[in-house]
Amino acid sequence: MSTTHDHPEHPDHHLPMTYHEKLTTAVLELLIEKKIISADAVRREIEAIEGRTPQIGAGVVAKAWTDPAFKARLLADGNAATAELGLDMGDSNLVVVENTPQVHNVVVCTLCSCYPRALLGLPPSWYKSRAYRARIVREPRAVLAEFGLRIPDDVTVRVLDSTAVTRYLVIPLRPNGTEGWNEEQLATLLSRDAMVGTAVAREATVAR
Amino acid sequence: MNALAPGTRVRVLNVVVPGHVRTPFYVRGKDGVVAGIVGEFDNPEELAWGRTGDRRRLYRVRFLHRDLFPQLPATGDEVDVEIFEHWLEHA
Repeated sequence: MSTTHDHPEHPDHHLPMTYHEKLTTAVLELLIEKKIISADAVRREIEAIEGRTPQIGAGVVAKAWTDPAFKARLLADGNAATAELGLDMGDSNLVVVENTPQVHNVVVCTLCSCYPRALLGLPPSWYKSRAYRARIVREPRAVLAEFGLRIPDDVTVRVLDSTAVTRYLVIPLRPNGTEGWNEEQLATLLSRDAMVGTAVAREATVAR
Repeated sequence: MNALAPGTRVRVLNVVVPGHVRTPFYVRGKDGVVAGIVGEFDNPEELAWGRTGDRRRLYRVRFLHRDLFPQLPATGDEVDVEIFEHWLEHA
């Protein structure tokens, strides 16, 4: 072990628990004590939540890129089309939108942190930040530019604010030069941010 | 109330009510167009108190960025927001 252990200590080792941390812990302990839920069930659910990654969404988008009939069903009814793949949107209403040469979509939840967790996993910290949530509706082009994404003036930016039950997934424009690629190859071009709309799909510059 | 058809011009109520309200302040009093009907869901303002069964129609309403933020340089950009029916009136 290194003796030059000089990075700052983690602040959560020092701070007292917040009100809501105490409340959560107390309720959880009571539920377990009264055998309403088990600690094992809680652990399994946490593992399931943390086990979901943007690769799930990438698989859905890659299938939509290669299968026009599936894409049509996905755009018409996100819950039903993803259920075909064995995915469960729970109580959410999945709306899948497609970027076009005329419209670029980008997703936010200005009120909290609603996010298509079933398809992309946990939201990144910037998605939950007050800065992103306030600014993306007010100055979307400036925010996207900070992500390195410059939207041409003749393209409409459409910000999708998931304020209630809808969770949005963006199908980015399919990169040129990917004709004949299969779903697995196409999925490698899809980042989490591309499906939130703060990026586009990666260019097909690498030989497959 | 019959469902508002897509394309209908609507205005968001400009009121302040306490509780678990899912209508963001930045669209209150603003005009938009119904872009679609999401479905019928329990009213979150009641659900937050554990009261189920108050079903309300939920719309996707499309606003023009320049209508929401007239003090900023005008663009053709848009913002879609989900809004429950009891927050909408005909514009």
